[in-house]
Amino acid sequence: MDEILKKQLSITACKVRMGIIEGVYNAKSGHPGGSLSIADLLTYLYSVKMNVDPKNPKMPERDRLVLSKGHCAPALYSILAERGFFPKEELKSLRHIGAMLQGHPDMKGTPGVDMSTGSLGQGISAACGIALSAKLSNDAYKVYAVLGDGETEEGQVWEAAMFAAHNKLDNLVAIVDFNGLQIDGAVTDVCSPVPLPEKFSAFGWHVITMDAHDFDDIERAFNEAEKISGQPVAIIQKSTKGKGVSFMENQVSWHGSAPNEEQYNQAMSELKAKLSELEGN
Amino acid sequence: MADMVKIATRESYGNALAELGEKLDNLVVLDADLAAATKTGIFKKKFPEKFIDCGIAEGNMMGIAAGLATTGKTVFASSFAMFAAGRAFEQVRNSIGYPHIPVKIGATHAGISVGEDGATHQCNEDIALMRTIPGMTIINPADDVEAKAAVFAAAEFNGPVYMRFGRLATPVFNNPDTYKFEIGKGVLLKDGTDITIIATGLMVYESLLAAEELAKQGINARVINIHTIKPIDKDIIIKAAKETKKIVTVEEHSIIGGLGSAVAEVVTESCPVPVIRIGVNDKFGHSGPAKDLLKEFGLCSENIINTVKSAL
Ligand SMILES: Cc1ncc(C[n+]2csc(CCOP(=O)(O)OP(=O)(O)O)c2C)c(N)n1
Ligand SMILES: [Mg+2]
Repeated sequence: MDEILKKQLSITACKVRMGIIEGVYNAKSGHPGGSLSIADLLTYLYSVKMNVDPKNPKMPERDRLVLSKGHCAPALYSILAERGFFPKEELKSLRHIGAMLQGHPDMKGTPGVDMSTGSLGQGISAACGIALSAKLSNDAYKVYAVLGDGETEEGQVWEAAMFAAHNKLDNLVAIVDFNGLQIDGAVTDVCSPVPLPEKFSAFGWHVITMDAHDFDDIERAFNEAEKISGQPVAIIQKSTKGKGVSFMENQVSWHGSAPNEEQYNQAMSELKAKLSELEGN
Repeated sequence: MADMVKIATRESYGNALAELGEKLDNLVVLDADLAAATKTGIFKKKFPEKFIDCGIAEGNMMGIAAGLATTGKTVFASSFAMFAAGRAFEQVRNSIGYPHIPVKIGATHAGISVGEDGATHQCNEDIALMRTIPGMTIINPADDVEAKAAVFAAAEFNGPVYMRFGRLATPVFNNPDTYKFEIGKGVLLKDGTDITIIATGLMVYESLLAAEELAKQGINARVINIHTIKPIDKDIIIKAAKETKKIVTVEEHSIIGGLGSAVAEVVTESCPVPVIRIGVNDKFGHSGPAKDLLKEFGLCSENIINTVKSAL
């Protein structure tokens, strides 16, 4: 990847992480772990890959993204705010009474949200429906669905996987955030969904694995995805839950809890240090 | 009443299961990746070999529960109400309800008091859904004492049971030394002659507070706790209809298909009197702290007081 672009993306991703922490801290609830693990992915998609217009969020020819793991809404909100879909100030009232930013994505109320999600396993089906519609009416847009690794334990995910391959939805890219953790522990301890690449392959998908925190590798994966025709693409991204905040990394306890003031300050100072390091040279 | 101990009924569920594990050798507890939240984690810690995590796959979990129970295991299957009654409705209906298999469903995080997670997780429809399944027993306990008693009673009960628990810590107003729980029996908490407030779950305590305040204003309200919504205690409802002539129902659930509907069905068939339903008024919820949401949706003593007064 071009070094200037990579630096810009790293800066944006760091700001997205700060927005996640800001939101969850002010909400006193929410899901920082899985939000932080998709910060780089969403940064890349919304900054480089996706055809979207913050001034015209409902533009018919736009690319769509369905956050099937809807509990990671803070990450989606944070990148949408970075891109100017709404003021960053909104992040501070995440989950508050009367707030625009609901605990889980609400397409009726939030510009840039393409589908309401929160009940795991359902978003990918809606993404298939959007992709199918593009096929039916010869529209050129792409559809991205972001899933959790725990989420793939839902049978519905595999019903959708079967449907997408059967209908040759090559305009659909599903990214599974393989951070290895869900609520009750490691995915391999709870009710193991692995091996995911082999499963998606067996369902008729083109499978790519990717390092979720390396923009060179992210670019490589999406460039490969673009070349595939006749079948849907699954990108299994190897990520670190809580990525970017030292004490949240790989900790199952940070799946769904908010930092207290001290933890908030520590998280923010880590991210600020990272940001000034990136901006400094 | 203000400085009472508060315990969330999901906590009571977890604690009761852990106690039950000591007594019941054939007990199996299932969860769908929410053990930390449903509090089956308390059981898991004590009896790891009797706890099975089914992963995020609620429909499958209900089938597993049905199969286990056909061989004589006592099975509790747990998730949030939204996913236990909602996601897995058809599995509960066809694999548990139709064959009348005695699976016990522990559904936590019911109602609007889920709070910040918002509309996708605030299940205000579960009682309505479960009521339509023939032979399903539905219990919605009001506090820690009642919730634990309900779990013990359900474990011994020979039929499918749906139990509804809350996320929010709520006052423990029942006396553990004297409280007697019987499936299907309503509880007269306060006698009264002017009007009857029939409540369930989280709203029982609010109704008691309302009745106390109404009494100060010279209104003598009867308060009935309906912990078992199905089969419902017709006698206590008909008696109240006859004696007080007016009924207000209160539930943290949609006014469609829940306690209010069940009471209205009994009353219109046997002793027609006005029934005014307080509940979630055919709306989705939204994010916010549980306490504020309960106020906003009128699920509080203030609204019960006002509703009673305008009914009289
Ligand atoms: C159908 C359904 N069941 C249960 C939940 C509760 N829940 C929210 S997040 C979560 C764990 C998700 O784990 P994973 O998919 O790995 O997400 P991540 O690690 O990316 O946060 C669960 C069980 C839900 N939202 N939807
Ligand atoms: Mg995960």
